[in-house]
Amino acid sequence: MQITLSVLHLIATVALKKTPLFDFHKAHDGKMVNFAGWSLPVQYKDSHIVSHMHTREHCSIFDVSHMLQTKVHGKDRVKFMESLVVADIAELKSNQGTLSLFTNEKGGIIDDLIVTKTDQGYLYVVSNAGCAEKDSVHMKVRLAEFKAAGLDVDLEFLDEALLAVQGPSMFRVLQEGLKDNLNKLTFMTSTVATVFGVPDCRITRCGYTGEDGVEISVSRLRAVELIEKLLANSEVKLAGLAARDSLRLEAGLCLYGNDIDETTTPVEATLVWTIGKRRRKDKDFPGAEIIVPQIKAKTFRKRVGLVSTGPPVRQHTPILSPDGKVIGEVTSGCPSPCLKKNVAMGYVDSEFAKNGTEIQVEVRKKAVGAVVSRMPFVPTNYYMG
Amino acid sequence: MAMRATLRCLSANFSPRLPLLSSAGRDNRAARLRWVSGTRRTFSSCSVLSTALKFTEKHEWVQVEGGIGTVGISSYAQDALGDVVYCGLPEVGQRLEQMDEFGALESVKAASELYSPLTGEVTAINTQLAENPGLVNKDCYAEGWLIKMTIEKPEEVDGLMDQAAYDKFIKSLEE
Repeated sequence: MQITLSVLHLIATVALKKTPLFDFHKAHDGKMVNFAGWSLPVQYKDSHIVSHMHTREHCSIFDVSHMLQTKVHGKDRVKFMESLVVADIAELKSNQGTLSLFTNEKGGIIDDLIVTKTDQGYLYVVSNAGCAEKDSVHMKVRLAEFKAAGLDVDLEFLDEALLAVQGPSMFRVLQEGLKDNLNKLTFMTSTVATVFGVPDCRITRCGYTGEDGVEISVSRLRAVELIEKLLANSEVKLAGLAARDSLRLEAGLCLYGNDIDETTTPVEATLVWTIGKRRRKDKDFPGAEIIVPQIKAKTFRKRVGLVSTGPPVRQHTPILSPDGKVIGEVTSGCPSPCLKKNVAMGYVDSEFAKNGTEIQVEVRKKAVGAVVSRMPFVPTNYYMG
Repeated sequence: MAMRATLRCLSANFSPRLPLLSSAGRDNRAARLRWVSGTRRTFSSCSVLSTALKFTEKHEWVQVEGGIGTVGISSYAQDALGDVVYCGLPEVGQRLEQMDEFGALESVKAASELYSPLTGEVTAINTQLAENPGLVNKDCYAEGWLIKMTIEKPEEVDGLMDQAAYDKFIKSLEE
């Protein structure tokens, strides 16, 4: 057999970046791989499926410190950020966050990110590790323009660790380490608190699994201490990149670089909801002249979910019409551990984009039946209060 | 069952599969004859008597018995692949050249193609794997077998690695 594992290969160079938890992962039998130039665990002792299911049934911790965390300071920080993304940031409630997109002049997506309007005088932004270089340059260029115009903005790139704690038991586990009632922190809101004795942790109720969960931004000097306190609860296990990917796919969440990139517009990507109402009217974000008309006029292709009746489908699998014409391509896919079905996301010609449409996928030169399906594939459990 | 386990401990080169000993329905005399290797008389056109596993660089194993080769993947391969969730196998009757792609095994994370260790015709596929693909992980040298095939070119078997050579090969990959 050809072991063509796209993620699993041993570290060959010392040039990989390490998170504050690198030694901790090794000590816990983490199988380290290269992800976006970082050394991260793809899994630990548990198999991929065990780890995945544990997250859905109990609680898993993921080290996501590789992601770029940025604080935007200054009086004009909202105006600054809105000049780069499609969201209505001004309308966000205090300490509320939202998923948004950096767009380019062609209407494509530079990255997806979460921006939170904190009550501490800054915007807190988390964006993808794979786009860190690109995003920071993008923000710095706009910063220079704003400063030149005499506006008050500053950028601070953080070196905090970031832990994602995800799953139905998260609430029980984390509450033990908090003074305030976690019930008050609803989905997509954020606060700063002392967690298990570690002060100044930013806790945001969000994640990349579809489960109730939080992401905790913590001083790199105390990250190991915090993760050990969380892991002391028997409900909690460590999880790696493998489970992270299958969980997010079941939840219908995009992976930048696979499902969205600089050639996909937010409308093609079925992410119209990220474009704020006021922003659609004002058309004051990059690529707005291309993107906003697409909302009414529709697009040639659309991102959809699909389920294969045969073998698993993966990135680059051709999507065919019932009469064998190529109508699109899969951008990510995997066997779903929860559903025991083979699920995927991809782009298809718009006429085939309705849920329930029968299509085909070509796996190893054979056409296999598939159905366009709604996402998320597995119901989400976000805590709305 | 217990006897088989004891034999497995005695020698790593012993084939862990001794199907004739464990199947009650077989002709007892035929079973005794095959067990005493070396004094066996065979009417098969295949001159290869070995029941030890031979390995390919692509991590398949083949075990030859009575002119039929049983094929599977090695423990190293199933461990690298992770939990197998899907097995794509060929049709019975399909003819394969050595190194032909004959199917694939898929885990949640990855798909791995399977390459034929020998030239021959598929005589059986392990239908248990449709409902229970995890057998490949649990018991890759026995219950997790993939296909059986005829052996058109017995000399190809000699060209494959024995257990010791394969163990060395894996070591070299991990360096």
